[in-house]
This record gives sequence, structure tokens and C-alpha cells, in this order.
Amino acid sequence: MAGVAGGGGGGGSNDFQWCFSQVKGAIDEDVAEADIISTVEFNYSGDLLATGDKGGRVVIFQREQENKSRPHSRGEYNVYSTFQSHEPEFDYLKSLEIEEKINKIRWLPQQNAAHFLLSTNDKTIKLWKISERDKRAEGYNLKDEDGRLRDPFRITALRVPILKPMDLMVEASPRRIFANAHTYHINSISVNSDHETYLSADDLRINLWHLEITDRSFNIVDIKPANMEELTEVITAAEFHPHHCNVFVYSSSKGTIRLCDMRSSALCDRHSKFFEEPEDPSSRSFFSEIISSISDVKFSHSGRYMMTRDYLSVKVWDLNMENRPVETYQVHEYLRSKLCSLYENDCIFDKFECCWNGSDSAIMTGSYNNFFRMFDRNTRRDITLEASRESSKPRAILKPRKVCTGGKRKKDEISVDSLDFNKKILHTAWHPMENIIAVAATNNLYIFQDKIN
Amino acid sequence: MLRGRRRMECTLDAQSLISISLRKIHSSRTQRGGIKLHKNLLVSYVLRNARQLYLSERYAELYRRQQHYPDGGPLLAMPACPPPAAAPPELAALPLPADTQDREARSCAAARGGAELLEVPVCAAPPELQRAPCRDSSPGFYRAAGSAGPGGGGGGGSSSSAPPGLLYAAGCDFGSGGAPHCSSRTTVLDLDTHVVTTVENGYLHQDCCSQCPCCCQPAPGLASPPPTPGTKRKYYPGQEEEEEGVEEGEPGGGGVAGGPPFAPCTKRARFEEYSAEHPQDSSNISNLISIFGSGFTGLVSRQQADSEQPLNGQLCSKQALASLGAWTRAIVAF
Repeated sequence: MAGVAGGGGGGGSNDFQWCFSQVKGAIDEDVAEADIISTVEFNYSGDLLATGDKGGRVVIFQREQENKSRPHSRGEYNVYSTFQSHEPEFDYLKSLEIEEKINKIRWLPQQNAAHFLLSTNDKTIKLWKISERDKRAEGYNLKDEDGRLRDPFRITALRVPILKPMDLMVEASPRRIFANAHTYHINSISVNSDHETYLSADDLRINLWHLEITDRSFNIVDIKPANMEELTEVITAAEFHPHHCNVFVYSSSKGTIRLCDMRSSALCDRHSKFFEEPEDPSSRSFFSEIISSISDVKFSHSGRYMMTRDYLSVKVWDLNMENRPVETYQVHEYLRSKLCSLYENDCIFDKFECCWNGSDSAIMTGSYNNFFRMFDRNTRRDITLEASRESSKPRAILKPRKVCTGGKRKKDEISVDSLDFNKKILHTAWHPMENIIAVAATNNLYIFQDKIN
Repeated sequence: MLRGRRRMECTLDAQSLISISLRKIHSSRTQRGGIKLHKNLLVSYVLRNARQLYLSERYAELYRRQQHYPDGGPLLAMPACPPPAAAPPELAALPLPADTQDREARSCAAARGGAELLEVPVCAAPPELQRAPCRDSSPGFYRAAGSAGPGGGGGGGSSSSAPPGLLYAAGCDFGSGGAPHCSSRTTVLDLDTHVVTTVENGYLHQDCCSQCPCCCQPAPGLASPPPTPGTKRKYYPGQEEEEEGVEEGEPGGGGVAGGPPFAPCTKRARFEEYSAEHPQDSSNISNLISIFGSGFTGLVSRQQADSEQPLNGQLCSKQALASLGAWTRAIVAF
């Protein structure tokens, strides 16, 4: 059922188009830094959508049940729970402030009525339990209905408290706090397919945790050199294989990916596979190292492929082929001649994420000017869409956008110099089963879904 | 490496890139959340690339000039090997906070630029200059000017073959321990400022001794042994920070052994005053200095930092690049 957006030209009865569904967040021009969304993640069923922001808050949206009277309109996502996950901290030993920004959220597979997720800032990972309460006990013996303690001498009879329905309350409580294991900034967390362990990665190390144990973690990768002056690369992202609980990958700032097998040794400093595409010497520039740094790595749902995002492109790798990717998609190649300016304004350091659709037939990633891009791996078609308030009418079809790279600018095209580099889409998520996508544009969360013709 | 570089559409040249990069590194120290290792590493790569290009252009220009004046007219004395620890006396030490990540970020920057600094002139320096006499076998600092060119004879090109890792591995790398250090000295006279500097093995004497406990007093075993391969590293909260502190935070000279007596080098009071406070940062100072030259004062001096922050990168790089000329006029005193 999953497809990808048809190209601008349309055609074909199977094509569908993306429509605006909802937007969450304030409309103000002045965006508070704390409201900037820093991570977006669907849970395994797609019924819950979590966002984290720079202020350390987590907001969870839940999809409403489909309305029988409007069968063609999908359920909307409404706020389910909001809580403060992390607070700013101060490391007195090193005179460092630790930001409360949520770097990543990862859901655990659901095992009972409650939902569990991991959220992390730069230093500390927390396991949160989100549970519903829709019943309340009434008729306590020792306290009144308003909670005041009753005088024991006044109690003349005993009664059994009974449960009565109440308004639904969603509670989030921190069940585990995994702290003090990372000297450097945590960039990734990934839940293992065994549902018991997870990994956390910082710039130089990867640790393996058990979800039940907070006072201990195992270090499984350590690329810190004996002499820090010999440092040449850092870890930028890490993820467990979706099916093989002994396999994980981590990407580096040098544009390489290492696949490690935890069965081969306790310390996985030596990789099992090493993925690297040789650099094209003719494209060498001052900024070659920066633009080759991988900002995100994601396994396909099938586990056969993985995708990496660097500054200008997305690459799909076959796990069985290490010397080059099987597919390369240019996200915004027109920026290659602007790297100097992008270095000056720090945009070149932006870390874009990428994601697969449920069937692995399409991939999506963000760009500037609130543009995001989708690539259909089968048809090789790509499309650029925009998350903007202007196209935010209910069920409005999104119009494909085009950037003019030179020569005469056609109507409806936007020139490279007009792009707003402050409007960047770094975080996107695709529903695990359906064609529903969540796109974070600064402080707003846009939800789009397909409209079957 | 950069010969195939495509010209950027923007007008930035190597010099601007260096100043922009320095400004970024400087401002990252005050950013919320602490030093971002990844970003600083990437910036150091840009610095290295820009520096390489600048140096290669500079050396090419000097070579051309030398072609015009084969008898050594203007005192060339360009270092046959680049000064690994260029600390002209007017430099004030970095008033650095004892900050592990801070130091590491700078170390990376140093690593990038410094290692390349040693390599580039090997490629770019024309053979005539490499034959300038070298006082001793360690990478020299200032070399006799007048004999640039065939008149040199003597010492030979040993200095030009400085291994890239020398800057870090040799001398006062207390982490690896055991490497010889303080084994050779060069004393130089800067004709611009008329100050004598002693350089040992590429490090200022102060740096060396402040960092190497064995220079001043026996060092306790500081570096924790690497984990045996094959054993899972068990991690206990709190241990990591200790370890970090031992490894980079307080090198032996500074704190662990109660501090060795600080080896004074009385000739440069200003440097000493800062170094005494921050002995553990000296090696990084000299590493960075070697890249950025004498112009680091404006960038890092505490008094100036706030007022001159926007210009710091600019000042630093201009001074750094301009000071190359100053170096060329120094001679070996004895």
C-alpha cells in the first residue's frame, strides 16, 4: 500500500499525492528557542507520535480512532501527553552546562497497556512510562474524599473502596535514569531487537545497556585515541540491526560506516564490515571533510539495506557490498557552490536526518526553506515539497517545488539565493505502515498524508 | 591535495577562512552545552586545508623571489622546516579553563594544522632552501638566512624530513611516556624583538618541563593501562570522570604528583605568568601557536577577549600570517 508521491508530472493510476493534514505549534514569527523541535519519532504501531524539543519537553500525540461517519478521513493526531523530560544541568567538575535539549527519542515495543520510550539529552538517558488512568478508587477508610486524613477514633465502620470511572489522565513517569556513562555528547540511542538492551553513542564511545539496570553499562566501541591530538574522526550515529540482535552499525565524521558483530568480541573496536565510498578527487574543496560527515544512519525495515545522510546527499547501502552505495540521491546539489557561505553561517554543520517508508520503497529527508525531499527507489522519481503555513488548508494537496539552479528562473521556481536557510527541516518521520509523515519545521510539526485519487 | 580544488563561488580566500575558523573555535568555548567535539574537529579540517593552501602559495612565492635573488639578497631564512613551536616572546599564554573538552577541541585543531604544517613544506619547499644549514638534527626553528641556497652546505636536509608525528610523539607527550625529550636545544634571536628564545625539540623549554614530570621529578604512573583486548570493559559511574581527569585533565606537571617545580625561563615574564597558572595547557599552547603563529595574543588574552571578540579571528590570522615575515628575519644566535 505504501507508495511515494508522484512526481510533478503525475500520471499513472497508482499515483497519489500528499495532502496537508495538521500542523502543531505556535504561529508566531518569534520562535522561542526552547520550542524548536529536535526529534520526531513514531512508535511501532504508528498510533503515537513523539516530539522532543530544545527545552527538554516531550510531547506525545495520539491518533484518534477512525471516524465511521467519515471513512475517507484518517484519524487525527491530538496531544496525548506532555512532560518535562530533561532539565538543564551543570557539571561542576568540568564547569560545563549540560543542555536539556532532547537529542533522540526511541520507543520501546509495547508489551502491556503502558507505553515506554527512551529520551536522551547530551548526557543522560531516561526511560519513561506513559500510562493511562481512567479509574479512581473511592471510599477509603482512612481519608476523606478530598484527601484529608480522618480521625481514626471517628471510624466506626469499615468499607471496601470501589473503583469509579474518571476523566482519562495520561501520566508520564521516569522509570529508569541512565546517567554518568558518557563523557562526550550523546548523539544516538537505539533499542535492540531483543527488547532488553539498547545502545547509546557519543562522539567517541558506544555503550550497551540493559533496560533494567541503570548503574552499569558496557562499553562496546571506543575510538578515543591514546593521544587526543591524534583524533581524526568521531562517531556521528549508531543503530542496532532491526532483526539481528548482535549487529549494529555506527557512522563517522569521515563518511564511513562500520558494522559490528557483538558475537565476535566483547569490545567491538574492530569492525566486521567497513563501508566507504572512495572520494572523487576532482570535487575536493576546503569543505570536503565537512560535507562527507554522515549525520544519520538508518537500517531499512527489511534489514537488508541501510541509508546514510551526509550534507548534500542520501546514500543507500546494501549490507553485502562495502565498497560503494547501491543508490545515491542528491538532496540539494545546488548548494555545492555555496559551501563557503554555508560555512560562514554555520549551516554546513546542520545534521539532517533521513527515514524509510514502511515498505522501504521510498526515503525522505529534509532541506532548507522548509523543503523536504522524497525519493522513490523503484521509479527513481523524486519530489520536493514544502512545509508552510500557506499550503496548510485541510486536505490541500501539496504542490511540488523546484529550485532554480541557474539560467532563467521559471515561474513557480525559487532561486537558490532566495532560499531561507533559517528554515531547515532536520527531523522527519514516516509512519511505519501507512503513508503519513511528520515533518518538523523549527517549532511546528506538520503532518501530511496521502490522498488516494 | 588542493590543486584540484574547485574555486568557490564566494570570495573567501585562505586567509579569511582561517580567521573565520579561528573565530568559530573561539566562540565555541562559550557556547551553551560545552565544546562540541565534532564541530571543532570539522573546523580544524577547514583550518588545515586553508593553511595548507596559504603555506604552499607562500612558499611558492618565496621560491620565486629566491629565483630572482640567487645570491640570497633579502634575508630569506625561511624555515626549511616550519617552526613547530613558534612562540615569539610577545605571545601571552592562553588563559584556559581546566576543561577537558576544551583542551581536546583545541588539541584536535592543533593536530590537524600542526601535522600538516610539518608536511607541507616538505613538499613545497624547494630543494635549495632545504639545504640551509641545520644546527642539529631536530627540527630547527630559525635557520641561517644568508645561506639560503647553495651556499648552505653543512647540516643537510635532516630538518626537512621531520616526521609528521614528531610534534606530538616526541618530547613531552606524557601520555605515552618514555619518549625522549629535552634532548636538543636551539637558541634563537628574534631580530624584530631582540629577545632570545630557547627551543627544545620543538617545544619551548617551559612547555616541556611543565608537562613532563620526568623532567622535573619522577612521575607517578598516571596513564591508566588500556583494557586488555578481549575483556569487556565494565563501566561504573564516576569512574569515567576520574579516568578522564587523570588522562587529560591534570598531566603530571600540573596536579597529580603535587606539582613539580615549574621550570622558569626568566627571559619572558609574560609567558611565565600565564604558564604558571596553567601548566597543563602549555603543550596545547605551543601546538596551536605553531599553527597560528605569534598573533594568538589578540585571540586569547583574557583582558582583550570580550572587547575584541568579533575581531579576534581576524586579528589572529592576520598577525599569524604576517608574522611569517618576522620569522624569516631571525637568525640562529649560537
